Amino acid sequence: MKFAVIVFPGSNCDVDMYHAVRDILEEEVEYVWHTETDLSAYDALLLPGGFSYGDYLRGGAIARFAPVMEAVKEAAERGTFVLGVCNGFQILLEAGLLPGAMRRNNSLKFRCFHTPLEVVNTDTPFTSHYMEGEVIFIPIAHGEGNYYCDPATLAELEQNRQIVFRYKENPNGSVGDIAGIINKAGNVLGMMPHPERAVEDLLGSRDGLRLFTSILQAWRGSHVTV
Amino acid sequence: MYRFKIFVILKKGVLDPQGQAVKKSLHALGYQEVQEVKVGKYMEVDLEAESVDVARERVKHMCDKLLANPVIEEYRIEQAEFEPVEG
Repeated sequence: MKFAVIVFPGSNCDVDMYHAVRDILEEEVEYVWHTETDLSAYDALLLPGGFSYGDYLRGGAIARFAPVMEAVKEAAERGTFVLGVCNGFQILLEAGLLPGAMRRNNSLKFRCFHTPLEVVNTDTPFTSHYMEGEVIFIPIAHGEGNYYCDPATLAELEQNRQIVFRYKENPNGSVGDIAGIINKAGNVLGMMPHPERAVEDLLGSRDGLRLFTSILQAWRGSHVTV
Repeated sequence: MYRFKIFVILKKGVLDPQGQAVKKSLHALGYQEVQEVKVGKYMEVDLEAESVDVARERVKHMCDKLLANPVIEEYRIEQAEFEPVEG
């Protein structure tokens, strides 16, 4: 399986993402620059955290118009797995690949610590290796992670089981304690917490690793190996 | 050349943590009469166009596309006097 880590000017969790896939998951992975327009060679696209284009206007607002984002949209429509973490999640929201928007944390503080998450839906390619209702510890690191959507969208998310992770101790004010959501088709996941920073004991938690092994299993399930 | 002022503000009903923090500070300073504070963004865009109507339409598109996020923000556009800057 071949992963791509999309690198925008200002990405700063790209190396963490690369490390998680290459060294811990032991799968093939490449950095892909934001000017790339063809992503057909990759089976999963990872949009890392950071501050793309400095987040000068709003988190993810400028990255949304990077040349690579057209290719990300096309790949998402083809069914390629897309994971956006933190700034990557903000970019997916701004690009309209997921519904909603991010506001400043209600505390106005940059929040950075391990936080408990409830795995709400294990029926996705990203979460099959978790148990429904399981509480996992994943670090967050963001100032603008206060997820918002209107009540109608929230009802729709709940109805379609698109809420994948919820905060147990909401650190930012997100509507419905939402920490991560998936698109209707089930192949695009956005989350504020950083699973790639919880893949080995050295990092204080390995709870993020199963997200990557879930992707791998989902991909293997749809590709017969010879 | 035309100049437009753009005001971007969170929609009514969307929590504005910055506005609330500023309101608290104003109360702490003794301005108890303050009921509500909203913090938004102010931008000026100078552009060339064949007419003011075309210019305004272009600026509106810019707001819809990039300058505001319609999920949480609303915007207001005002035309301003354009003053060329020397140098």
